[in-house]
Amino acid sequence: MTKNNRLIERLAPWIAMVALVIIWEVTVRAFDVPSFIFPSALETAQALVTYSGPIAMHSWQTFWTTLIGFGLGVAVGLVLGFIIGSSRFLYNACYPLLVGFNAIPKVAFVPILVVWFGIGSVPAILTAFLICFFPIVVNVATGLATLEPEMEDVLRVLGARRMDVLLKVGLPRSLPYFFASLKVAITLAFVGTVVSETVASNQGIGYLMMSAGSQMRMGLVFAGLLVISAMAMVMYELFAQLEKRMTGWAHRGQNR
Amino acid sequence: MSAAFVSFDDVSLAYDASGNAIEDINLSIHEGEFVAFVGPSGCGKSTFMKLCTGLHAPTTGTVQVDGEAVTGPLKISGMAFQNANLLPWRTTLDNVLLPLEIVKPYRHQFRKRREEFVGWARKLLKTVGLEGYEDQYPWQLSGGMQQRASICRALIHQPRLLMLDEPFGALDAFTREELWCVLRDLWEAQRFTVVLVTHDLREAAFLADTVYIMSRRPGRVIERRSIEMPRPRALETTYEKPFIDLVQELRAQIGEVRST
Repeated sequence: MTKNNRLIERLAPWIAMVALVIIWEVTVRAFDVPSFIFPSALETAQALVTYSGPIAMHSWQTFWTTLIGFGLGVAVGLVLGFIIGSSRFLYNACYPLLVGFNAIPKVAFVPILVVWFGIGSVPAILTAFLICFFPIVVNVATGLATLEPEMEDVLRVLGARRMDVLLKVGLPRSLPYFFASLKVAITLAFVGTVVSETVASNQGIGYLMMSAGSQMRMGLVFAGLLVISAMAMVMYELFAQLEKRMTGWAHRGQNR
Repeated sequence: MSAAFVSFDDVSLAYDASGNAIEDINLSIHEGEFVAFVGPSGCGKSTFMKLCTGLHAPTTGTVQVDGEAVTGPLKISGMAFQNANLLPWRTTLDNVLLPLEIVKPYRHQFRKRREEFVGWARKLLKTVGLEGYEDQYPWQLSGGMQQRASICRALIHQPRLLMLDEPFGALDAFTREELWCVLRDLWEAQRFTVVLVTHDLREAAFLADTVYIMSRRPGRVIERRSIEMPRPRALETTYEKPFIDLVQELRAQIGEVRST
């Protein structure tokens, strides 16, 4: 009984996915929607196979620009989060600025980036970076800033320096926050890359979808959408696994 | 009585303009003495701890420890609180070793002497009854076991001054009495100086040489009472008449404080 339950639990996401595809296919057929408006699941799959070569090429472009942008986001996010979180003053000073910055739609940066760097991979990388570093900064800074005062006292009576407290307690303590933010950040990074590619690139999935759309080849556009979400899902799962491995202590009791 | 190890001269502390948290504290604690502070809640007992360890500077007066004025956090003290405050990502053993990674001179020897330090930690954990739990994580231990580990962490670097802020407050009655005995035995063996802050009069009377009773805020010491029971004390004595009478008297004094 429990074994069956567990199996169903594991299969649940796949069942949901299949159900969605079936609903999609049935709806499009039932209402006889023209394929240049909303292609059926079957047509999308056909497009995926027919154009697998170009799709693979453009996906790869999107994939590595996203990863570079994400890598920059992680590096900058960690350092900035550490600095801001380690000082109450900086935390209070910088937090409103960060919130304000985060509220700007990142697509608004793309024209600026194009003026500075021309079209191509660089604006895509930078847009991915700009959109994904915020959750990392906030999570790391919050993890550090919410250190229990008693814990700090325990170390301070031993003569611990501020840096000792941060490295021995603050940083390990903020790791679960950090890894949780990576999952959010990687999906955001894909958003950033694709947004930039649609307006300022001649390669990448975003560009592919834009140009296919202008030719009314909606099957290909939808194939692009599927590829993006598939990549984001795989990366999300990867970081979820990493999180579980690195900070198992923070998720105790869930696997019992 | 030997020269004072900890001495307070006319010490007051105000955190802000709302008045003193504690006021006109004059006392001296000699080395190896076990003192307990009791009083109604909010009487500044924890403030006293912070002054004593140098985490806070007094507004007026001076605090001296070991013949020198306290100006910053002391390095010869260990501390344990009501919450065990163990780090959940470290095993019990690594939690106990933490002070050795921070306190001079051990911090610079930590890598080289790690084996030796681990030996100290295992021995200490064994004396408090945690043998076999060294590699468990804190969240796998019960509250009482966590508190034992917390006391080990406070003692691993062989501090001369042990500060305990209601360390047994969150435990059930049986575990609490068990840990009294653990603390008693550790103290009998090593004779460090202990400052214990507690709400529990039986705890104070059973463990301490001297009990200080504090008034309501602003906290003052209103009574200093030596506990003249022979040592080592057996837990059974806490259920006998002389001890019960003593606790009754302390209780009456606290009652007076609360009603004024």
